[in-house]
Amino acid sequence: MSEKELQVKDKTELAEQGEHTKSGPVFIPDVDIYEDQGALTLLADVPGVDGEHIEIDVKDNFLTIVGHITPAAQEGEHSLLKEYGEGRFHRKFVLADIIDQEKISAKVKNGVLTLVLPKVERAKPHKIAVAAG
Amino acid sequence: MAILKWTPRPFRANLVNDFIRLQREVNQLFSGVTESPGVNLTRTSGVYPALNLSEDDENLYVRAEIPGIEPEQVDLLIEGDNLTIRGQRTIPDADKKVNYHRRERESGYFRRVLTLPTTVDHSKVAATVKDGVLTITLPKAEAVKPKQIKILAA
Repeated sequence: MSEKELQVKDKTELAEQGEHTKSGPVFIPDVDIYEDQGALTLLADVPGVDGEHIEIDVKDNFLTIVGHITPAAQEGEHSLLKEYGEGRFHRKFVLADIIDQEKISAKVKNGVLTLVLPKVERAKPHKIAVAAG
Repeated sequence: MAILKWTPRPFRANLVNDFIRLQREVNQLFSGVTESPGVNLTRTSGVYPALNLSEDDENLYVRAEIPGIEPEQVDLLIEGDNLTIRGQRTIPDADKKVNYHRRERESGYFRRVLTLPTTVDHSKVAATVKDGVLTITLPKAEAVKPKQIKILAA
């Protein structure tokens, strides 16, 4: 599976819709979203963000993910080479009605956010038994 | 004295237009600056992972964003002034039965060499991974550390 060489990707900056109150760059995290029978799972790459600095907000079918980072550089460091920018992460998704918004769970590990969005009962696929007549 | 018909100068309209023009020009002047505040990138090498390198009097610091990579999946090698970062990023397939809506995160192996700008003390190099950010601290060799030179009165 991993025979492929990883390519460096430029971080995409968020195109502003209205201004942010905090200055500094804002990036769009890369995500994987997959669905199985019970839930929708979202994985987002948010390097530099720990569990305490991530905000997940569900409101009116909008899921908003905001991650805040602590700048890695300490005082007194001079930059010699800068190939990536550091800043907040921000991404917004529209959720379908089928998500049970009360049961969303999240965790952050190694800079990856895992968000599990369980489906409501009626949206789960049911096999319909056909009775022989 | 000739009597001339007075044409009211469209004073206010002009003033407004001037301000609009001024605003546009000022915006243009700053457009290149304000588009990406704080991000002033060096050209990237095109090799994963992207690195940030910085220094202070004592150390060189190399940082990379490697989300989802466990420390044991990264190999660091230092040889002379060359620092090699190799590793692999795997994305566990949660289940073969899942259907993907989006797949933007990538997996694969990587090999990157960085030539360090100064000589470092190989025996004291340390590396940590925290929240998906790799930090390599490379203490500078004694010979290249800045030293104050005392001037003696003759």
